[in-house]
Parts: sequence; structure tokens; C-alpha cells
Amino acid sequence: MTRKQKRGVLIGSGVLILSIASLLVMFAFRESIVFFHTPSDVADKKIEAGTRFRLGGLVADGSVKRGQGTTVEFAVTDTLAKVNVQYTGILPDLFREGQGVVTEGKLGPDGLFVADTVLAKHDENYMPPEVAKSLEEKGVKLGPGAQHKSGAGY
Amino acid sequence: MVVEIGHFALILALVVATAQMIVPMWGAQVRDARLMAVGDSAAVVQFALLIISFLALMHAFVTSDFSVLNVADNSHSEKPLIYRIAGVWGNHEGSMLLWVLILGLFGAAVALYGRHLPATLRANVLGVQASIAVAFLLFMLFTSNPFERVDPAPFEGRGLNPILQDPALAFHPPFLYAGYVGFSMAFSFAVAALIEGRIDAAWARWVRPWTLAAWMCLTLGIAMGSWWAYYELGWGGWWFWDPVENASFMPWLAGTALLHSALVMEKRDALKVWTILLAILTFSLSLMGTFLVRSGVLTSVHAFAVDPDRGIVILTIMMFFTGGGLALFAWRAGALRQGGLFAPISREGSLVLNNVLLSVACATVLVGTLYPLALEGITGEKISVGPPFFNMTFIPLMLPLLFAMPFGPLLAWKRGDARAVAQRLAFAGGLAVLVTIGVAALSGPGPWLAPLCAALGLFVLFGAITDLLSRARLGDVGRAEFLRRIISLPRSAYGTALAHAGIGIMVMGIVGTSAYQTEKIVALKPGERAEVAGYDLLFKGITPTKGPNYSEQIAEFEVTRNGSPVTTLLPSKRLYNAPPQPTTEAGIYPAWTGDLYVALGDEQPSGGVALRLYFHPFVRFIWIGAVIMFIGGMISLTDRRLRVGAPQRARSRPAAVPAE
Repeated sequence: MTRKQKRGVLIGSGVLILSIASLLVMFAFRESIVFFHTPSDVADKKIEAGTRFRLGGLVADGSVKRGQGTTVEFAVTDTLAKVNVQYTGILPDLFREGQGVVTEGKLGPDGLFVADTVLAKHDENYMPPEVAKSLEEKGVKLGPGAQHKSGAGY
Repeated sequence: MVVEIGHFALILALVVATAQMIVPMWGAQVRDARLMAVGDSAAVVQFALLIISFLALMHAFVTSDFSVLNVADNSHSEKPLIYRIAGVWGNHEGSMLLWVLILGLFGAAVALYGRHLPATLRANVLGVQASIAVAFLLFMLFTSNPFERVDPAPFEGRGLNPILQDPALAFHPPFLYAGYVGFSMAFSFAVAALIEGRIDAAWARWVRPWTLAAWMCLTLGIAMGSWWAYYELGWGGWWFWDPVENASFMPWLAGTALLHSALVMEKRDALKVWTILLAILTFSLSLMGTFLVRSGVLTSVHAFAVDPDRGIVILTIMMFFTGGGLALFAWRAGALRQGGLFAPISREGSLVLNNVLLSVACATVLVGTLYPLALEGITGEKISVGPPFFNMTFIPLMLPLLFAMPFGPLLAWKRGDARAVAQRLAFAGGLAVLVTIGVAALSGPGPWLAPLCAALGLFVLFGAITDLLSRARLGDVGRAEFLRRIISLPRSAYGTALAHAGIGIMVMGIVGTSAYQTEKIVALKPGERAEVAGYDLLFKGITPTKGPNYSEQIAEFEVTRNGSPVTTLLPSKRLYNAPPQPTTEAGIYPAWTGDLYVALGDEQPSGGVALRLYFHPFVRFIWIGAVIMFIGGMISLTDRRLRVGAPQRARSRPAAVPAE
């Protein structure tokens, strides 16, 4: 093989791998992206039942109800709207009423959000940025705990 | 007083670093040996000052001096000593100080052990290294000073986040940072080479040990973080494709590629331009990792309280060094002469394939990590990219890499014989397939991809052994000669084989636990039983106890298998005093075949307690593999030919080499 051919093989295989990877990325984005919505979005945007999305907000005060076995019901609110959530499993340590929470799952036809994931945060003062931002956009004032400045960080 | 000394030492370190940034580089321009020599002493003095500063902060933490804001915010007098020490880097300011300290350590190492480096190269490297230090010291002194006082001093500190009070996590940041910052050496050498417009195999021989050391630390650091997440977070997961994890994984991928391309450059004088580019990109990804973790622009389960304003400063630093490095690259790279021809099927060819796959994989992780940020910036739509994305893109790229891995070290430089190598690997491949079929038949149904991946893992492991055996010419020579040869193989050969074997072992652990894990969520009352993966658990009840700075509810489980006792598991829930935060301590029974894992949930209104029961097959192999990779790196570093400061090859040796 000449120098040119050798270089051609190298560049060609590089381009081939890169294009396979790009196809994979595009395909994976179509398949696996999950949108984030607040309870008001759910009310405003008329999200179809059965679509998978992330629902974030605050756990409404007084809404946590333990049911049979490990099933828990609670409401997620952005103080303007409320969505009832059902979750079977074990809640993260820092799940508490009045705290920020992000859940992932599907909306049922009856408007009940069936979550299969409730995201744990490691820090009691931590507010998921999406939740903080959408609460701010909705004009909700956050408590001092939500914008804690210097803190632990890894 | 001690605090003021620390603060003063930090300011002095900035002054010294500024001098170190300007004087030696200027000296290199005007070829003045005295000016260049300033860099050496400045690097050592800067490191000494940073040690003083770091020890002063540690003193404040150990003695619980709450008049220091950082200590008051992040420590507590009741905390055990080890966590008061680890608390030094368990917060933003302190961890930045650790970052700069390690940067200073690497700079001092060049000054002390780099005597054989050409004087101008050493001067330029130290200058570039100092410019990074200057940027971060300015950042610390102006936006995140760890020595800031608070008046009046509180009587008690606010405490460290309890889930960080853990032995594995206490040492996770130092290793991670040693990795991140270690890649700064590759960056400094790359920029220095571009400034000089000259680069040769000796350059790669210098950069490789530093990159290897950084890579080892990063490997161990990431593994420690993963291990911690596994037992501390109570969900039994070991990797979540979370942005903060990806932030450390991207430099690892790029660093692994750099390690391999530097090998081609050292041995064959080829891939120069690419290696330089990779060196710049690897450190840029390290800086980006620091930025992502510190700024909190991405939603992460591992995100602790973060400060976006400081993130902007780190972003600026990152843009300056990445942009500056790449601009210099674009300007000067054309001057670098290309050399070393090779056929596509050759050791070089396989290392190029390694590089292409690793950097493309790194790019997919980058896209997946940053896409949500970009989309939100452009359309305002908020999305999350989770594990399914990464599984769909990253795994298909890793499969060919794993398949090609055993071939690489067996191929000859320049032009390899693929068929001969395949023959030598036939036994390893056949064995891998047989074992996989056996295990798959026993373990029952799982995803179709799992046996394939497991076979690849085994192939990599057996391939690494084949590499050693065939280097010692097993079969070609007598037994005594074979033994003599295998003992006297170069240590770098053992290092390579161990690192590759570590990957193979890790892959098996990943496949085992991802494809065949059992998960069960149950609610039990005292006296009730549950069963998972053949283990029988009897819940005996919950006892409250007290630890040094927490109260604890310990549940007791008697574990039996087929009627014979196995162990007693004691998972618990802790409530820490400061800050008042609960944590879950999982009860784990480790075994070679897998871990039995029990985590406590909430108490039920009916009187029982919710439980998460897992069986994670072969999960330990993941971390054992990482430790083997680390050991492989260590052994390779002790190889005489790789040793830092080893004399150059006779060809390029200067006339007079001082006796050692």
C-alpha cells in the first residue's frame, strides 16, 4: 500500500466509526429523551396520558399517604397547580413534605401520575435547578434554604 | 494566627506563581539560563507555600476553629477526627485548595525530577503550569477564600453532610483531583512543545509517566466514588450516568486514549499532532469536569449545594485554557513533522483504533451530558438524558474496542500479521466462549447481549494472559527457558497485561450485575421472612442505638441458605445530629458469586418496615477490576524505561550527563 492508501484507510475507518456513533446518538435521543414538566405545565399543556416525563416541584404539605405495602401517594405542587403521584417502592432519605422533588413516570388517564423513580438528592438544602427555576418563573418565592450559598461539594 | 499564616502563604503562593509564569518563559525566549532556573526554585517554593496553607486550613478544621467561616459552615466539633480532616476538602473552598496543592505538587516534581529535560522545555512547562496555578489562586482568593473569618464566631459548626462522612468518600476527592490535575502536566508539556515548535519521541517518554500516574489516580478515584454510591445511597446502583459522574469519566476516556497514543509517539515517532491535541483536550475535559461539578448547571443526583456565580469564573478559566491551547495548536501544529509509516494492521493501527473508539465514545458522553443544557438555552425546553441514552450509544462503541483489545499488544509494530495473532488468540477466544455458554446455561434467561459481553470480558482477560505467555514464547522454548523468560519480561508488559485483565474482570462484573440482578421490595414485621436469590432472611426486629454524632435504628436479619446459617445482616437508618439529616446504611453480605444487599425503607403504618432486597451477581468484580488496573499502572511506572528522570536514549543523550 502506498502512503496515501494507508492514510485513506485510517481516515476512512475514523469517519465510519464517527458516523455510526452519530447515528446511534440521534437514534438514542429520539428514543430516550425525557421532558421535564411542572404541575402547571401538566395543566396548561394538556400532556397526553401515557407519555413518559419528569414531574418536579415541591411535595405538598399534608399530602403524603402511605397505602398498602410500600405504595405511597403524595402531591407535587408548584403552588399554582397540583398533581397527585403514586409511587411503589422506597422513598429517598431526604423525601419530605415541603421539599423539592423530581419524579419520573407516566400520567394515567385519570390524571394520577404513576412514578417509577423518585429522585434522591444528597443535600437537605439542595433544590433541583429545574424546580428552582420553574418556581421562580411562576413567581414563587423560595425560602432561604433553597439558595444556600457555600456548602458541601463533590 | 495559624489561619492568617495560611491565608498569607496562599497570597505569597500567588505572587511566586506569577513570577514562575513570567520569568522562565521569558528566559526561554532570550535563552538566558539564569532566568530559566528561576522556574525550578519558584515551583518548589510555591509548593511549600501551598502545603503551609493547606496545613493551616487542616489545623483550623481539626481544632474546630469556628471563627473561620468555612469551618463553621462545614464542620462540627462532635465529628470524628478522620472526618474533620476529610472535611478540609469536603467543601468548595477547601477542595479548590486541594486542587491547587496537587497542581503545585506536579510543578515541583518537574522542577526536582526534570533535570534531564532540555532547559527551555522545562522552563516553558513550568511557566504554563504556573499560569494554571495563577488562574486558580486568583479564583480562590477573590471568590472562594477558605480562610475568611466570621464575626461573631458561632459556638458550633453546621456540620458536614452526613452521607459524606464515609471512609471511601474521604479519600475519593484526593485521588480524583490527582487524576484531573495530573493531566495538567500533559497539557503543560503539549503547550510548551507547541511554543517551541519542536517535538520528538523524548517528549512522549516524558509525558507518558505523568499521564499514567494521573490516569491511575483517576481510575481509583472514580472506582471509590462508584463503590461509595453503591453501599451508601441505598439503591444498590454503582453507576448512574449522572452528569457529575460523566464529568469524571470523560477525562478518563480521553486520558486512556492519550496514554495509548503517547505510546505510538514514543516508540514509533508517529501520531504527533494527534497526541498533542489529545493532551490539550484531556486537560480541558478535566477543567470542564471541575466546572460542571462546581457550577451546578446540570441536574445531578450527586449535586451538593453549589454556586452558579463561581461557576462562571471557572467557565472563564476553562475557556481561556482550552481556547488558548487549541488556538496555539491551530497556529503551530502545522510545523510539527509527521513521521513513522505503518500499515493499518499493526500495533500502531490497533492503537489508532483504540484512540478513535475512545474519543468517539467520549464525544457521545459529552453530547449526552451537555445536550440538555444546550436545548434549554436555545428552546427553553427542559429535558433529561438518562441511562438509556448512554447504554444505547456507549456500549455499541465499547464492544469492538473490547474485541480488538487482546489483538493490540500481540500485533507487531509497523506491519502485523492478523492471522498469526488470531491463531495465538484462538485458545483464549474458544475458552471464553465455552465458559460463557456454560454460565449462560446455568444462570437462566437474561438479555441476549449479556452473554456476548461476558464472553468479550473473558476474551480480554484470557487475551491478556495469552499476551504474557506468548511474549515468554510458551511452546517455542523449553520449560526452564520459558520460566526464565516470563520472570524477566519487562514490567511494562506486566503492567499492560494487568490493566487489560482488569478491564476484562470489570466487564464481567458489569454484565453480571446489570443483566442478572434480582430486586425485591417488601414490607416485613418482626418475625416475618423474605426470600431473595436463594437466601432466606428472617427479620428479628429493630434496636435503637447511639453513635458518636448520630442516633441509629439497627434492624437485624438472620440469613440462611437451604436451612444452614450464612450471616447476620444489620442494615440501619441513621439520623445525624448536625446537620439533622437521615442516611441509610445498607447491610451487605459479600461473596464471590455476588452481594446480598438489604436497605431499610420507611416504617409502615401497620407496624412493619419497608425493605429493598437485592442480589447483585459479581458486582465486586467491578471494583476489583479497577484496583487491578491501578496495580498494573503502578507496576508499569516502576519499569526502568518509564521511570521519571530516566536518562534519555544514547542517540539523543547530551555530551555530558551528570553521574547519579
